[in-house]
Amino acid sequence: MTINEIQDNIIEEFSQFDDWMDKYALLIDLGNSLEPLDEKHKTPQNIITGCQSRVWLNAEMNDGIITYQGESDAILVKGIVSLLIQVLSGHTADEIINTELYFIDKIGLKEHLSPTRSNGLVSMLKQMKMYALAYKAKIN
Amino acid sequence: MNEQQINDIRNDFPILSEKIYNKDLIYFDNGATTQKPRSVVEKIEQGYYHTNANIHRGVHFLSQKATEAHEEARSIVANFLGTDKKEEIIFTRGTTEAINLIAFSYGEAYCSEGDEIVVSVMEHHSNIVPWQMLCERKKMTLRVIPANEAGELDMTAYQNMLNERTKLVSVMHVSNVLGTINPVADIIKLAHAQNTPVLIDGAQAVPHIAVNVKELDADFYVFSGHKIYAPTGIGVLYGKENWLNAIPPYQGGGEMISTVSFKKTTYNELPFKFEAGTPDYIGSTALAEALKYVLNIGIDKIADYEHQLMMYATEELNKIQGMRIIGNAQNKSSVISFLVNDIHPYDIGMLLDKLGIAVRTGHHCAQPLIDSLGIPGTIRVSFAFYNTKAEIDVFVTALKKVVTMLS
Repeated sequence: MTINEIQDNIIEEFSQFDDWMDKYALLIDLGNSLEPLDEKHKTPQNIITGCQSRVWLNAEMNDGIITYQGESDAILVKGIVSLLIQVLSGHTADEIINTELYFIDKIGLKEHLSPTRSNGLVSMLKQMKMYALAYKAKIN
Repeated sequence: MNEQQINDIRNDFPILSEKIYNKDLIYFDNGATTQKPRSVVEKIEQGYYHTNANIHRGVHFLSQKATEAHEEARSIVANFLGTDKKEEIIFTRGTTEAINLIAFSYGEAYCSEGDEIVVSVMEHHSNIVPWQMLCERKKMTLRVIPANEAGELDMTAYQNMLNERTKLVSVMHVSNVLGTINPVADIIKLAHAQNTPVLIDGAQAVPHIAVNVKELDADFYVFSGHKIYAPTGIGVLYGKENWLNAIPPYQGGGEMISTVSFKKTTYNELPFKFEAGTPDYIGSTALAEALKYVLNIGIDKIADYEHQLMMYATEELNKIQGMRIIGNAQNKSSVISFLVNDIHPYDIGMLLDKLGIAVRTGHHCAQPLIDSLGIPGTIRVSFAFYNTKAEIDVFVTALKKVVTMLS
């Protein structure tokens, strides 16, 4: 699936719910089912500190495909981390760099990615793209 | 205060009728900033519409009027803090600027290598960082008074910390995280026994409890307007006259000078020596208006009512399973910090927000305290006199719902 196809799927999944509580319940489920990040990746280099919650992000590249793993100490943040990984993990550096992420806005969770929330998510997204840029530079 | 009085008060605060996500706003973030009564906002409008002119030295009518209003505001603040010398009141941008002023001016005049400054573990960053900067500048040491598990300062440790190298003690009157009312009178007495002056950060105290700087014998006492129903950008530094005369100016500019020549500039007298540039003369009058509003209700009545709210909320919160209240000092005011089980504060705060309830989560600008407690932060509810028990009931019900969702 392309990145945009995954985004559209997520939008559809969330669109079943009118009530914010159901949306958040789904986000909490996503957070709870996110595969825990291997302790060895919970290094100081991988930590993205927000004012409110901590986010860890690890990236690896195999055969030109970048995979991300991440975690957070806050469950709602973890839910969003899970979504971001679902969307961006398993693609090439170019795909990731050139992606416009519209799903967060569409599913009504934009507030979590507002720079003023200081929950580490904005920095995480930036970091995900930075990894892609770095890996791209490595290939070239 | 009875229900009618609270309703009347609530009607003075238009923002309290706002809807948040179609729900009635419950504003429990008063520790961060308070809402403004109509009279304060009207005072600002009045000032700009009818008496706006730059103050001091203006020959014209409006300038006179604006100057008088600014100076009258100073007298009201002086009276509010319990001093009869209005020149002991310096208007600043807020608590932060007031502390920075003392850290700079007092630090320049009285501190040198090897000296010590004493703060407490529960300080707000604004009462830590300016001293760290001073310590770095002058190669000094910052000493930290520890607290016990309940969130009370260890007075024995404090006493042992004081020595001839202690140049200043700077502690908060009321903790913005724990709600602890610190024994500042004792803290001052012990420091004075060593001839060490004391600065009290009163940001969380003045809106909630009666403060008299002369009775406390504080050398410096600082607070912010916006935490006591006044606008942002105006605050107060009280300083004993002899100290304010003894320390050099903080910022140079207009208004703070007596004469200026390229050879030598002499400084103005108090309080103008510390008010460089055009002061916020509209903000000062709005602050005075806010203080009048508080005095009109009566600070003891406010303290009593807010204490009831805090006790009631504590009781109700403690009925929730997994509730852990952070800060259980004997003397507490207006603030409750808590955690529920292992749920991250951010998650609870985000979901409460969706229910129209404004609380604060995180480290509350007191990272060293939060780290010392070994927790990721807290959820904090902080009350003002316009809050009600009914709001606490809605909040507790909402919290239970949120905890169920997150468990």
